[in-house]
Amino acid sequence: MSCRVGVVRFPGTNCEFDTVDAIRSLDGEAEVLWHGEPSLKNVDAIVIPGGFAHGDYLRCGAIAKFSPIMESINSFAKAGGPVLGICNGFQVLTEAELLPGALQKNAGMKFLCSMQQIEFVSTSNVLGRQAQAGDRLLIPINHFEGNYVCSPQVLNQLEEENRIVFRYTDNPNGSMADIAGICNTEGNVVGMMPHPERATSPLLGSTDGTTLIKSLLIT
Amino acid sequence: MSPAPEDASVHRALGLSDDEYQRIHELLDRHPNHLELAMYSVMWSEHCSYKSSKIHLKRLPTEAPWVLVGPGENAGVIDVGDDIAIAIRIESHNHPSAIEPYQGAATGVGGILRDIFTMGARPIAVMDPLRFGPLDDPRSRWIAEGVVSGVSGYGNSVGVPTVGGEIVFDETYKGNPLVNVLAMGVLPSERLVLGQASGIGNLAVLLGASTGRDGIGGVSVLASAGFDESSEDADKRPSVQVGDPFEEKRLLEACLELLDEGLVTGIQDLGGAGITCATSETASRGGAGMDVDVTAIHAREENMEPVELMTSESQERMLAIVEPKDLTRVIEISSRWEIEASVIGRVTGNGQLRVLNGFDGEVLASLPASTLHDDAPEYDRPLAPPSNLTERRSKDASQGSADCVNDLLNLLRDPAWVYSQYDHQLFLNTVVGPGNDGTLLRLRNPRTGEETGRGIALSTDGNHRWCHVDPRQGTAMIVAEAVMNIACVGAYPLAVVNCLNFGNPEHPEVMWQLSEAVDGMTEACVAFNAPVVGGNVSLYNETNAVDIAPTPVVGVIGMHPSLSVPPPVIGLPSDASLLLLGQVPEANVSMAGTQWAWEVGGCKDGTLPTFDLAQAVRTATFVADAVQNQRLVAVHDVGEGGLAVAAAEMAIDSGVGAQINYHSDHIAMFNESGGRVLAVVQDELLDAFMTDASEHEVPVREIGRTGGSSLNFGSEITIPLNDLEHACRNELPEALGRGTISA
Amino acid sequence: MRFEVKVEVSPREGIANPEGSTIERALPALGFVTAGNVRVGKVIHLQVDADSAADAKSLVEDMCNRFLSNPVIEDALVEVLEG
Repeated sequence: MSCRVGVVRFPGTNCEFDTVDAIRSLDGEAEVLWHGEPSLKNVDAIVIPGGFAHGDYLRCGAIAKFSPIMESINSFAKAGGPVLGICNGFQVLTEAELLPGALQKNAGMKFLCSMQQIEFVSTSNVLGRQAQAGDRLLIPINHFEGNYVCSPQVLNQLEEENRIVFRYTDNPNGSMADIAGICNTEGNVVGMMPHPERATSPLLGSTDGTTLIKSLLIT
Repeated sequence: MSPAPEDASVHRALGLSDDEYQRIHELLDRHPNHLELAMYSVMWSEHCSYKSSKIHLKRLPTEAPWVLVGPGENAGVIDVGDDIAIAIRIESHNHPSAIEPYQGAATGVGGILRDIFTMGARPIAVMDPLRFGPLDDPRSRWIAEGVVSGVSGYGNSVGVPTVGGEIVFDETYKGNPLVNVLAMGVLPSERLVLGQASGIGNLAVLLGASTGRDGIGGVSVLASAGFDESSEDADKRPSVQVGDPFEEKRLLEACLELLDEGLVTGIQDLGGAGITCATSETASRGGAGMDVDVTAIHAREENMEPVELMTSESQERMLAIVEPKDLTRVIEISSRWEIEASVIGRVTGNGQLRVLNGFDGEVLASLPASTLHDDAPEYDRPLAPPSNLTERRSKDASQGSADCVNDLLNLLRDPAWVYSQYDHQLFLNTVVGPGNDGTLLRLRNPRTGEETGRGIALSTDGNHRWCHVDPRQGTAMIVAEAVMNIACVGAYPLAVVNCLNFGNPEHPEVMWQLSEAVDGMTEACVAFNAPVVGGNVSLYNETNAVDIAPTPVVGVIGMHPSLSVPPPVIGLPSDASLLLLGQVPEANVSMAGTQWAWEVGGCKDGTLPTFDLAQAVRTATFVADAVQNQRLVAVHDVGEGGLAVAAAEMAIDSGVGAQINYHSDHIAMFNESGGRVLAVVQDELLDAFMTDASEHEVPVREIGRTGGSSLNFGSEITIPLNDLEHACRNELPEALGRGTISA
Repeated sequence: MRFEVKVEVSPREGIANPEGSTIERALPALGFVTAGNVRVGKVIHLQVDADSAADAKSLVEDMCNRFLSNPVIEDALVEVLEG
């Protein structure tokens, strides 16, 4: 298993090295890709990590979607390449219209950092290769804008096409239908608010994120 | 140069005394012009010069073999082995936060982070000890909510986890909150850089945000005078700066890249007194001089006066000293991070700080750089204990309501509402996060990310009640408490930083408090072999001429030498012996300075219980050893609220109760006799543990048994866990969580 | 010509607006018991060069569609203030 993962760094991104460390701790290869350069350096998968790309000014992800690397990621995703957006990365993917819907401020109007239980709903995607639907995972959340919204039509479509990847078992942010993560029709692009890279060591309180990252590494 | 001011009202308006003006006149051997006067005014302000406290701070122990940089630089730096060093600092942002809570707190975080990366360290942790007026005061709630949002908004966005702190509410902080922020960073030892300018012809490059009119004279206006309600807020608001965490993040990354490539010979952040401070400090530390071209400063507004440019406290700026050959690369890296970079100065050899209108233009100011620092006044202000001290100390603080069940419910407070708003996990280091005794972080190599197998522990502590009753012993006790907190996560102390929050230094009683606190801190730091590596003094914390209770806050950093499993939790396991370790309180121990006496009994005076510092040292070492040897199943420091609050917190944490067969009166339950810890050891290890404790001269008493769904004291007091949990968890969300209302 | 343009970005009808709801919950505590349906958006002021007010408007509307607002959750109203 020598999957090479490109981890995208925008100015303001802050989880890029955590993500690289987590991938390496699971025997994957990882390198940081600068947002200003279009080349994906022939990586096998892309992670857009958490943080505050461009300060989250205007709207989370709104400025990042115009970075030179995003065009390449768009083509990569369209060609079936695995793309995972974590937290701010999920916000970027919705702004870039690689995933439907949007993420707005938490219903409680507070930033939330806490361990959260989520349930695997659909495993037909790049994160689900080592999981069963119904598996429950403890993975931290860390966001202000994690409250997923979309039109009723889109929600129907997500449910019918089995594209809701994770739901919260105890909804912390007001997300529609308890959504914590979704994927595109093909299952190669996944966005999720919880941070799997933060659940990869017994010293950090959970190792439930490893199954997700390992799944991404099987390409 | 413009003509010398004749009128004494000019220097007085700038906050300089007539004597100070005379001193400047002597140093220059002429009258200063207005720009020069303004520069002295900001640099000789209390905040920048420590003129009232310096004479006392000199008594603190500051040296140890592992101390690489002690007080006086931007941050203290200690060697933690494996060629890794740690930079640490604590600062206050009290006055700005009282006026504009969100921005005051946000810029406080920004400022302290720059102090850390100035040293070449990547900031990896923030702690925020916060103190506000009472929760039933709408304005205090507004301040508390805004400050927490500000720390959250800036800290999370800039990408540094906030891993611990404190939150305290008390009448004494009504109108004058205390917003202290501690930051810590790691660096490869060889990257350590100091804020000095050397090498004639080297360039001073201003990096980061543009310079605006915000924060003109902020330091001298805000931090060097108290508040009175007549002129409150409106007049002072223009001095408050607005933080931009995204600018700071880019500045941080750019500066670390510059340092990694060895492109700077010295670097200094811009905080209080802005460019005046940064240029004169770097020049005088390096034994050099500097020419500063005000026209080269990238300004936010047009037509800014030289005095505004030189004293503006606009945020998110750094000054780097660069060899001319490296300038191109410096500008390349800056533009990659979208950071402005302007050459605003040149290092000279004559020791003068000259402000010029164009490098070859008119000289607007010229003064010996070192006079702004080294010749700053130093006051030995009159000090005296309060005249009624004897009477105050004779009070009995144990009187008052003693409905112990209700009292306990009132004393419980879960800070989760605060820390759940902070990213406390970033960088994957947080083994024990906020809401516990000490914070414990994995120590990893800053270059490779590899684990060292060791941990770094942090705790911040203050206690205005103890320090009000007895600033000397109270301060010794808070140092001990912080050390005990990190012992609970398995760490031994390495160093201390302090933030000394006091009232008006022109009040002799306040100077006495400060002096006593310094002595108490010295005693404790010597006993724990933990030198003070940095600090901050915040004076003039007063409202309507009433000083706050003395509030020294300490941050203790310690080393966990072998971190392979997480340390014991706070939560009680079922069916085990509950042990109380440490100093045995004397019979009828004094309740003076306890949370119970202040919040229930209504007495703020008395005499603190006897505190055995040597015993606290033995207990802390023994506890840390026991954690290291994985002998404890659960452990929790006994602090504010005494044994009953500590036991309740342990029970709530795991949902397991206990039967405590100990005196069930309010003195036994709520006394705050220092240096004690509650612990649980597996039954089969109990005998060996007791023997070991006795050999180490650490008193241990078995005070009860865990289990059940209630917390019982003796046979009279039974409190269902549900009640405890409800009282503990709901207070802050109910008071602060319903959205914010400006009072 | 240079035009001053104001863009009003507001939450779309039917989309939850946590900021507005929070303010709505807080108002009664201050005695404002009659307020309701609070919605919080943002206002962006900018200047553009264009041949006419109509051109300025259509230029900024294009900015809104592509960048300044997110049509999934927001509506944008463009107003040319002065030329």
